[in-house]
Amino acid sequence: MNIGHSLLIVAVTAISTLATRATPFILFSGKKRRVPNFIIYLSNLLPPAVMAILVVYALKELSFSSLEGYFPSLCAVGVTVVLHLIKRNTLLSIFGGVTVNMILVQHFHL
Amino acid sequence: MGYSVLGLAFGLLIQKAGYNWIWALFSSLFVYAGSMQFVLVSLLINQVPLATVVVTTLLVNSRHLFYGLSFIEKFKGLDKRRYYMIFSLTDETYALLTTLSYRGYKENEDDLMLAIAFLNQLYWITGSTLGAVLGSFVPFNTDGIEFAMAALFVVIVVEQFLANVNRKSTLIGFVCAITALMIFGPNQFLIAALGAVVIILLLLKPILGEKR
Repeated sequence: MNIGHSLLIVAVTAISTLATRATPFILFSGKKRRVPNFIIYLSNLLPPAVMAILVVYALKELSFSSLEGYFPSLCAVGVTVVLHLIKRNTLLSIFGGVTVNMILVQHFHL
Repeated sequence: MGYSVLGLAFGLLIQKAGYNWIWALFSSLFVYAGSMQFVLVSLLINQVPLATVVVTTLLVNSRHLFYGLSFIEKFKGLDKRRYYMIFSLTDETYALLTTLSYRGYKENEDDLMLAIAFLNQLYWITGSTLGAVLGSFVPFNTDGIEFAMAALFVVIVVEQFLANVNRKSTLIGFVCAITALMIFGPNQFLIAALGAVVIILLLLKPILGEKR
């Protein structure tokens, strides 16, 4: 771990985050300026697509060459989805998925 | 409050990546973005180049464009305090402020909005700092806890799917991500997938943009 580069990563993330939040207020706060069509379109459709990408990103280390490489994570995803469909409680779903994953990763050497 | 529990998970993860509670505290103070902070942990682990950080952050937070649009008028009465409101407009705060306006508070609306935003960040900072401190001396094996990030995003996708918001868009996201992962491998694919999604969505605008 490189402290200087890590600090820069955090700082750049902070600035970029602020930029996404401030942009609409800077660009479209005047009464006359209308929000362009494609911005409205993207702000509606981009977020669900990005979340799907982030799911894959969070699971990018899966490897299908061994059972241990994918079985725990896929089980945990299943548990998270099913729990959420039944209870619709965000924290419960996350907690359930993480618990299953931890148990499988630590105790089942397949 | 759910927000501090999620913060706790973030604290545990960043601590596990080798960054102590000071990093957790300052991330939650200055970055202050739920999902993005989980991604941040993985950006730190991979020590990615700064250009990747910029593009990833802008796209992961693209939904904030939409949040801001619906509050331009609301924040006008807040003069200087609105800078904090703009900075702290996270998913949670946005959701709470939206329900507020449905209930029709008028009298102290400005103060109420500010209080909500501030308390939310306080919960988040407390949770994440505590998580990192706890993580430094938990007596048990935390292997597998990294799944918290995946679980969070899975839950958000399920929510979006149930709410029936743009399921096609979710699908396009999955296809782009998996294709990019197969072509570029785990360390390079994120930017490619995000870029591809923007281009494909813009190309499909005549079809997907019709219905709204």
